[in-house]
Amino acid sequence: MDPARFFAASRVLIVAGKGGVGKSTMSATLARTAARAGVSTLLVRLTPGGPISRLFATSELTGLEQTLHAGGGPGGDADVRGRLVTPDEALAEYLADHGLARITRRLMSTGAIDVVTTAAPGIRDLLVLGRVKAFEASQVADLIVLDAPAAGHAVAFLQSPTGLRGAVGAGPIATQADDVLEMLADPGRCRVMLVTLAEETPVNEVIETAFALEEEIGVALGPIIVNGLVPVPDGLANDFDTLVAASTPKISAADIAKLRDAAAFRLKWAARQNEQVMRLSEALPLAQLHTPYVFMTEPGPGELETLSNALSVGIDALGEDDA
Amino acid sequence: MTSLATLLEQQTVIVCVGAGGVGKTTTAAALALEAAQRGRRVCVVTIDPARRLSDAMGFDPDRAIGNEPQQIDFAAKGELWAVMLDTSTTFDGLIRSYAPSEEQAQNILTNDFFRNIADSMSGAHEYMAMEKLYELHNDERFDLVVVDTPPTSNAIDFLEAPDRITQFLDHRLYKILVTPTGGLARVVNFAAQGFLRTVARIVSASVVDDAIEFFAAFDGMEEGFRGRAVAVHDLLIADDTSFVLVTVPRNDTVDDAAAFIETLADADIAVDAIVVNRVHPSFGSDRLDDHRDGPLAPFITVLHDSQAVAAGQDTVLATLTHELPAGAVVKIPFLDTDVHDLDGLASLAQWLTPEGTP
Repeated sequence: MDPARFFAASRVLIVAGKGGVGKSTMSATLARTAARAGVSTLLVRLTPGGPISRLFATSELTGLEQTLHAGGGPGGDADVRGRLVTPDEALAEYLADHGLARITRRLMSTGAIDVVTTAAPGIRDLLVLGRVKAFEASQVADLIVLDAPAAGHAVAFLQSPTGLRGAVGAGPIATQADDVLEMLADPGRCRVMLVTLAEETPVNEVIETAFALEEEIGVALGPIIVNGLVPVPDGLANDFDTLVAASTPKISAADIAKLRDAAAFRLKWAARQNEQVMRLSEALPLAQLHTPYVFMTEPGPGELETLSNALSVGIDALGEDDA
Repeated sequence: MTSLATLLEQQTVIVCVGAGGVGKTTTAAALALEAAQRGRRVCVVTIDPARRLSDAMGFDPDRAIGNEPQQIDFAAKGELWAVMLDTSTTFDGLIRSYAPSEEQAQNILTNDFFRNIADSMSGAHEYMAMEKLYELHNDERFDLVVVDTPPTSNAIDFLEAPDRITQFLDHRLYKILVTPTGGLARVVNFAAQGFLRTVARIVSASVVDDAIEFFAAFDGMEEGFRGRAVAVHDLLIADDTSFVLVTVPRNDTVDDAAAFIETLADADIAVDAIVVNRVHPSFGSDRLDDHRDGPLAPFITVLHDSQAVAAGQDTVLATLTHELPAGAVVKIPFLDTDVHDLDGLASLAQWLTPEGTP
């Protein structure tokens, strides 16, 4: 499937996954891949920090929109912009928008805001989703990529409108919840993309999360991203001993041992991952997009392009029904 | 020199801290198992263990209801017990023990606002993990409690949550609201009422009523809660409590871990040991430049990748571990440990104390 069509299939992509699977890196990669296909993208994060600034070589995200990667060039790239929407800010802004600016400060300073958020749990999450919905409506970009809270929390995060809808009766929060629910239920507006590693616990969690999201929230799921797959270079399965015997100049016994051990470790690692990829395919009827392991402790813009290439290749290979 | 083994033999509390997804729960279980092998009566508090780990420990989910420790069927010099933390039930227990009457306890337990606090208030998991730790520490059946902490983005939530939630329960605004009116208090009360009406406009009147009912029912119990929070805090900073940081050798995780150590230090808590999970092997450098374009090229690429990872992780870890004695930093090799059952947990325990079990 053409990446431009893939990224045009909905206006919002919510990226979710367990801590440590590379969810934020994949949010950045999705944003960059969309922009490379000419789809302008706004990357939204809920917490400061994370790998975004390193991947785009920019300053840290703030509540003000900034350009992470300017478009143009021969490929006709679109822009990637980014911003932070923190749950507390979303709440303060919401109160101000509803003529409650005066009490907002008092709510915050007395700590009474905690009483409000406890009385209506999920209100912060709902208001963050409300902001995303507002970005969607105002068409600030062709695509909004939301780096969601870590899975486990992702289900609670997306459940917030349903939970609050029941609790608050009528009123502005109820209206907000209805609007967000409408967005979540419409696959043409919003999809969730789950990220996992090909390891036992992350795979178990992503399977659980996928079913919970579909059954409890009814949100459309895009292909699942399996991140960190270690490559096996062509020729690694060739007969090592024969190759060594034929090499000139001769290789020392110590070097032979290192090469043999490193190759054995790589093959074992890849085989373990492959088992998990298979298990995931059997458990979840979703297409998969594979991204490679990065042999770098500090991935930067170069690695972002590498990951983005892999994602583009994966999207190209998707069938028409896999978006 | 304090090694991890010494901590397992001497301390009465071990708190495992670290980011999510680093193998903290499994590490806590393996530490507890190793301490049991060293003759101690150990209880491990696990939080949301992966299915496989609870299966591995012979944990029966049906028996786990009730939040009570279960003895694990495992031959050791000491005893191994485990409890799966149930935040909600633990919170209920705390209310019951401080409520002056069963009726008052029931009023609180059935209140929607309280259920929100117990089930979903941020910090409730951390608070209850520490509460459970305190409870088990005072249980004569155990001489060591190992506690796993919830995955958290905020480094010392578990340290601050008891204070924060206690303060919340003791909320000034509601104290004013529920105080019988008269004189000056009456004036304040009117102001508070107006304020609450505004809040009700945002979140509806019924949820505000629930909140007021809750604070009214809770009135008088805050003293007990505050005292308990102080006791929990004292336990955490006690000399025979140790913190073990669990991490993986990845840049962002190590950054989090370093911030964690710093925040703990501000609270006068030292990390006594670090467990680094998923450490990639180092195969050593080579002098194979002459073969780079030959048929061995893929093998050389793989060796070089491995070296890049190994060198990178050493650099990253050096910043974290340089202040600790060598025996207090334990590296667990990637792929070599696979915890499917108690034997797997026991082999992980061997890596944790490489000098062997006495």
